[in-house]
Amino acid sequence: MGYIVESLRLLAGGAPRKPEKHHRHDAVNERYAEKRKTRLTKAALEAARDEHKSTCCNKWQRRRWATLIAVNLLFVVSYYFDVQLLEGALTASRFVGFHMADLNSALQVMLAFKHVVLNLIIGTVTVFVLWLLLGGRTFCSWVCPYHLVAEWAEYLHLWLAKKKIVKDHTFNRKVRILFYVLFVLLALVTGYTVFETISPTGILSRALIYGPGVALIWVALLLAFEIFYSRRAWCRYVCPIGVTYGVVGLFSPVRVKYNMENCHHEGDCRKVCMVPHVLDVTIRGRALQVDSDLASDCTRCGLCVDVCPTDSLNFVVKGIGKHL
Amino acid sequence: MNDKTRKKGKPGKLPLSPKRRAQNRREFIRTSVMAAGVVGFSLLGFLPLAQGTSLRLRPPGALKKPDDEQKFLAACIKCGQCVQVCPVQAIDLADLDEGFGIGTPYIDARSQACDFSCDGLQCVLACPTGALTHELDYPADARMGFARLANPGKCLALQGKGFKGQARGPDFKGVLRYEEVDRWNPIPVADHPYDLELCDLCVRQCPIEIRIADCARQEAKQEDHDGQALVAKRMGNECPPRHAIALEPVESPDGVTRMRPVIKDGCVGCGVCEMICPPEPPAIVIDIHKITDMA
Repeated sequence: MGYIVESLRLLAGGAPRKPEKHHRHDAVNERYAEKRKTRLTKAALEAARDEHKSTCCNKWQRRRWATLIAVNLLFVVSYYFDVQLLEGALTASRFVGFHMADLNSALQVMLAFKHVVLNLIIGTVTVFVLWLLLGGRTFCSWVCPYHLVAEWAEYLHLWLAKKKIVKDHTFNRKVRILFYVLFVLLALVTGYTVFETISPTGILSRALIYGPGVALIWVALLLAFEIFYSRRAWCRYVCPIGVTYGVVGLFSPVRVKYNMENCHHEGDCRKVCMVPHVLDVTIRGRALQVDSDLASDCTRCGLCVDVCPTDSLNFVVKGIGKHL
Repeated sequence: MNDKTRKKGKPGKLPLSPKRRAQNRREFIRTSVMAAGVVGFSLLGFLPLAQGTSLRLRPPGALKKPDDEQKFLAACIKCGQCVQVCPVQAIDLADLDEGFGIGTPYIDARSQACDFSCDGLQCVLACPTGALTHELDYPADARMGFARLANPGKCLALQGKGFKGQARGPDFKGVLRYEEVDRWNPIPVADHPYDLELCDLCVRQCPIEIRIADCARQEAKQEDHDGQALVAKRMGNECPPRHAIALEPVESPDGVTRMRPVIKDGCVGCGVCEMICPPEPPAIVIDIHKITDMA
């Protein structure tokens, strides 16, 4: 229950909690005290980081990029060679004949059309169950084509920021909920699927499958905005698809688990994260228990798992109790 | 644990420094401007609708009244499954310049019309949301638009002319199913030259007229071997109840009797006549603001 409440709060743009000593588990307090005594020097931290870098290989990022490209290519190949494996686009499709519908696109259609046919219900339930099993916002980082291009744009942004050519301008995260409510109301009131008009996910998916169009200019503008003005702005502050899957992820067993035991609290994970508020638990003094699951706003992208020098962050499947 | 956090967490809050407050104010202004920008841009999608530039010939079964597509645009999930199943690739998806119509299917009849060569209305069956309604079973039930002799001066039949050669020239990419050539696969129109004493392409290639002629042949067969053919005639092509187009004699001003294509109330607006019509611009076009029931 605590996980759901805290996740919802973060999804809605709330600030991560800052517990005081008596809120934390005794074992956690003990461990923090031990760490204070044996505080690592900057050089030791650097050494740990370098050692990790020499052994690691961005395992999860490679797997994720491969999956994302494979899924999107399957749409393209399926149509191009007419093999009918995965027909349609990311907004709605058929996987070997079985209906799938993106939850946010289906919601927009239901609200605008105010009438639901059986096939759409089947598709929506299928996709809901799929991402319930796979982790909700896993859709964002493992399937959404905009995520991949935005990730590349992010590298450019970070490089330019390092050279002090650009600066990251943050927005208030609460605006994402405002967008969500506005796009729901707009669909309901105007009777048009207003969000679909500007959704880079739908635009890119269709462009890949059916060929490019002027809509790509909008996607390019978004990327330029993210490169020169605000890091990962669309995914962080706007996209209602992410909110929808974030809610699905509340009930999903696939999560990233944080173990505070060996953590150096140096914050490398928060630097690579698209939704760093879910990683505030790794700040010294923030963990309530030895093990905590990252809130459902986490896209399960695995960048933090890859970068962590102490193996304190790992994928888990709840109930199976096994580390991936 | 959570309740405790919230109750006891408040008193520890320090008043914000002036610098921090200025940052927050700037962030609030930035956020407001960004929110207004994104929502404003999305609402620009209404402009093409208001101007009527997003109105298009839609696939069979599209939920639309001739002058109002609101329901169709609302119901369409913009996935393009209808595009993928069409054997003649008649369907394209609209782009961002059509605003809220982005990703919705349309047919550019002049370059590739719907000739119903899938027989089973595959696009309708593929649609996951009912934007292409399942309420129609046969091509004759479709209500896409209504043909109109827009440029009578261009009509070869009306000029008493025949037609010889490729209907749309050698470079035309459009395809049609010619049952006598290949029952199952459409072939390029450019590969099927004609030699007609009097041009009757719009009537000859009309999918509704072709089906009516088929049914007539089945009817004739039925007279030969009693009863059997009734089933055959219902296979996929249910006989259209009304004619769609015919050449009828008219008296021209110079006193000569000419043949003129006359559109009948069986026309569904599929666009094959517009596609096959040899002159440029075509003599016959589809009027998307009209369907047969209001004719």
